[in-house]
Amino acid sequence: MKILVPVRRVPNPDIKVRLKSDGSGVDTEGVNFLVNPFDEYAIEEAVQIVEKSGGEVVLVSIGTADCEETLRAGLALGALRGWLVETSEVLDSAAIADVLAAVYKEESPDLVITGKQSVDTDNNQAAQMLAAKLDLPQACFAFKVELGDGKATVEREIDGGLDVKEITLPAVITADLRLNQPRYAALPQIMKAKRKEVKKVSLGDLGVEAKSATKILGLSQPPARAAGQIVGSVEELVDKLVNDAKVL
Amino acid sequence: MSDDIKKGGSFLVEEATPESIFVPENFSSEQLMYAKTARDFIENEVIEKNDEIEEKNFEVSKALMAKAGELGLLMADVPEEYGGMGLDKASSALITESMSGQGSFSVIYGAHVGIATLPIVYYGTEEQKEKYLPGLADGTKIGAYCLTETGAGSDALAARTKAVLSEDGKYYILNGSKQFITNGGLAFSYIVFAKIDGEKFTAFILDRDTEGLKIGPEEHKMGIRGSSTTTVILEDAKVPVENVLGEVGQGHKIAFNVLNIGRFKLGAGSVGANKVCMQSALEYAMERKQFGKPISDFGMIREKLAEMYVRTYAAESAVYRTVGMIDTLALSAETSQAKINSIEEYSIECAIVKVLASEALDFVTDEYVQILGGYGFCSEYAAEKNYRDARINRIFEGTNEVNRLLIPAMLLRKGMKGELPLFQAATALQEELMGIPSFDLDEDLDLLAAEKKIVANLKKICLFVAGVAAQKFGTNLADQQMVLSRLADIAIKAYAAESTLVRALKDAANRGEEGAALPLAVARIYCENAIADCEKYAREALAGIEEGDALATMLAALRRLMRRTPANTLAARETIAAKLIQMERIVY
Repeated sequence: MKILVPVRRVPNPDIKVRLKSDGSGVDTEGVNFLVNPFDEYAIEEAVQIVEKSGGEVVLVSIGTADCEETLRAGLALGALRGWLVETSEVLDSAAIADVLAAVYKEESPDLVITGKQSVDTDNNQAAQMLAAKLDLPQACFAFKVELGDGKATVEREIDGGLDVKEITLPAVITADLRLNQPRYAALPQIMKAKRKEVKKVSLGDLGVEAKSATKILGLSQPPARAAGQIVGSVEELVDKLVNDAKVL
Repeated sequence: MSDDIKKGGSFLVEEATPESIFVPENFSSEQLMYAKTARDFIENEVIEKNDEIEEKNFEVSKALMAKAGELGLLMADVPEEYGGMGLDKASSALITESMSGQGSFSVIYGAHVGIATLPIVYYGTEEQKEKYLPGLADGTKIGAYCLTETGAGSDALAARTKAVLSEDGKYYILNGSKQFITNGGLAFSYIVFAKIDGEKFTAFILDRDTEGLKIGPEEHKMGIRGSSTTTVILEDAKVPVENVLGEVGQGHKIAFNVLNIGRFKLGAGSVGANKVCMQSALEYAMERKQFGKPISDFGMIREKLAEMYVRTYAAESAVYRTVGMIDTLALSAETSQAKINSIEEYSIECAIVKVLASEALDFVTDEYVQILGGYGFCSEYAAEKNYRDARINRIFEGTNEVNRLLIPAMLLRKGMKGELPLFQAATALQEELMGIPSFDLDEDLDLLAAEKKIVANLKKICLFVAGVAAQKFGTNLADQQMVLSRLADIAIKAYAAESTLVRALKDAANRGEEGAALPLAVARIYCENAIADCEKYAREALAGIEEGDALATMLAALRRLMRRTPANTLAARETIAAKLIQMERIVY
C-alpha cells in the first residue's frame, strides 16, 4: 500500500508565539521549526500500516527550501521518500489542497493521511478540501484506523462521543492525538534519512497555480487578562457584577 | 600537519580566527536531530521516572539504557562494524550535552558511553570488540570502569590490585579492591586496572560472572543518588589472558587517554545541565512576585541570570572549539591508535574544559537555588537536586586540582620538547615589556577590538608569569602548586575568553551586530572579568616568586598588560537579562 502523508513545517509549539513589532507576522527570531505534531501522528500511523502489510510511505511538504529539514525529520521516522514543493508564497488552505491534489495525481496513493490541523495557523481545512477536490471519501480526527480489503474503518472523536466510519479507498484521513504514540527518530534512522530521495519541484512543474483566495491582513496578541479578585460572599459577587463589571 | 590542524596548547602563542574554530552554530541539521531525539528521550522518558531512578531502582535505569540503546543514543563513539555509528566527536559531545537533565541517569549514561566503552573501542583486539561493543552500543549490557582504590585516587598509578599469571598460563589471577565504581551494581563488563606481578600496570576486561568478582554495597552519596556507586572486590578473580586490554604494562595510557575524552564529555554534559537549570531559573524569576512585581524586574536577579548565561556560553564555546580541533585532527587519522592520539594531542584543552565547565555548572546551580530562595532549598523543587548533583563534576574524571596541575605541566613539557614555541614567545614578550611602551591608544575600531586586545594580553600574562616562575624555580616548579594553580587559572581564562570572543565575532559576521547582540555582550563581560581575575592571579603569583625591586619591575610590566578602559559590563548584563526575559527562554 502506498500512503501519501502531507507534512508541514511549523514553529516549535512549546515556544510562546511573539509577533513582529509591526504586527505583520510571527517573530521567528531564534525559533526552531519542527514537523507539525499532528503530522507526526499521521506519519506514525502510515509507517505502522506499511510495517505490518508492506508498501511505502511518501511525504510531501510545501514551502521554502527549509522544508527539506522537515521532510528529513519525517523520513527519519520511517517514510521512504519525499516531495518538496518549493514556493516562497504563503498559501491558504484551498491553495495547499490544490498543490496536494497535483502531487496526489503524480503518486496515485492508496491513502492520504495527514494531521488534523497544523499548529501554526490551526485552520483544519486543507485535508477536507483535498478530499473534496479529488472527490475522495474522508474521515477526519481519527483515533483508530483499521484497513480492510479496499476500505478503511475509522473511529473518530466528535463532540459528545465517537463516530465510526467505513470508507472506501483511496481516501483522506486526518490524525488526532490519540491515534498512536509517535516514535522518536532513532539516530541511525536520522543518518539514513540523509540519503533518502527528496524530489524538489516548483508549482510550475506540477502545473498548479495555487492562488490563495484569502489574505492575512494583520495579527495581534490576545489582550492580557486582567487580574482576578477573590470575593467573600455571594452578595459581594453580585454587587461587583452589577456595579463594577456592569454585566448584570 | 595541514593548516587547519592546530597543535595542542598552541592557543597560547597563536591567534584563533573565526574560520578556524568550530562553534555550536556550525551544527548540521542531522546533528541537531540527534540532539532533539536525546532531549525528547530525557524529557519524556527519563524525567518521568525521576523518583524511581533516585530510589536506586536499577531495573528502571537498565530499561531506560536499553531504550536509549534502541534509539542509537549509545552508538556515537562505537564504529559501525561493531554495531555503532562511528560519529565525530562533535556529534558525540552534542548528544552527551542533550542527555543532561536527570543527573543520576546522565552519570550512568556518561560512564557507560565514555570510560566503560571507549577503552575497548580504542585498545580492544578484534575479538574483544566483537564480543563487547555490540552489547555496549545497544544498551543491553552496561559497562563500568574500575581505576580508583582506597589508596589510589588522584594518584591512580599507586594502585595495589595485583595480577599474577596462573601456572597453566591461561589466566591472570586478580586480587584487590576498587572503589567508587560508577555502574558497579548494574554493569555487565568491567574495565579493571591491576599491576601484573605488582609492577606492570595493565587493563583487563572482566565479565560480571567472573569467578571471584564481587560487588560491594552501594555508597550513600550527596548527589546523583540514583546512580550506582560500589566497590568491586577481586578475590582470586580468574581472568582469561585474552581479556588483557591493550599491552601489558601500558595500562596508564588507556587510563589517561580515556580520561581526556571523559573530560570534554563532562564539559559538554555540564553545559547541557546548565541550560536546563537556566531555563527553569528564568521561568521562576518571571513568575515569582515580591514587592508587587516579578523578581526578574530586580537588578540583582537580572545580573544573576546574565552571569549564568555568560559562564554557560563561555564553557560551551570552549567545549566545542576543543571538540572541533579533535575532529579535524582525527579526520587525518586512519587507525584507532592514531584516533586516540588525536585526542591526546589536546589533553591540555580537555583539562581546561573540564575545570571550566564543571565550575560554571556549580556557579549556575548555586545561583539557581539562590533565585528560588527558600523554595530552592526544598527538595520539592528541582534546584536542590541539581545543586547536589552538580558537585561530583569537580571531583571525578580527575579532580579539578589534578587538572589544574596538568595544564601548566603539559604546557611546559611541550615547550621544553620544542613542540610549542613557548620559550621564544616568553623571551619576545620580556623584550616587549622591558622596551619603550607604545602609545597607540586603542585606535583599532573593529568590533570587539578592546576584547581582542584583552585576549592577546591574557595570553601574554600567562607566558610572562610562566616565564618568571620557570626561571626562578627551574625543574622544582612542579612543587610550587600555588603558583601552578594560578598559571592554570590564567590559561583557562585565556582559552575561554578567546573561544567566546571568536565565536561571538563569527556569529556577528553571520547575523550582524544586532542579531548577535547577546554573544557580543557575553564576550565583553567575559573578557573584562577574565582580565580582572587574571590580574589578581598574576600579582599573587609574582609576589610569591619575587620581592623588592625585581617584583616592582615585574608588576610594572604586568600593569602594561592590564591597561584598558573597562567595558560597561553592567549594561551588557542588562542587555542579556532583558532579552532573555523578553523572549521568556534561553536564546542566543
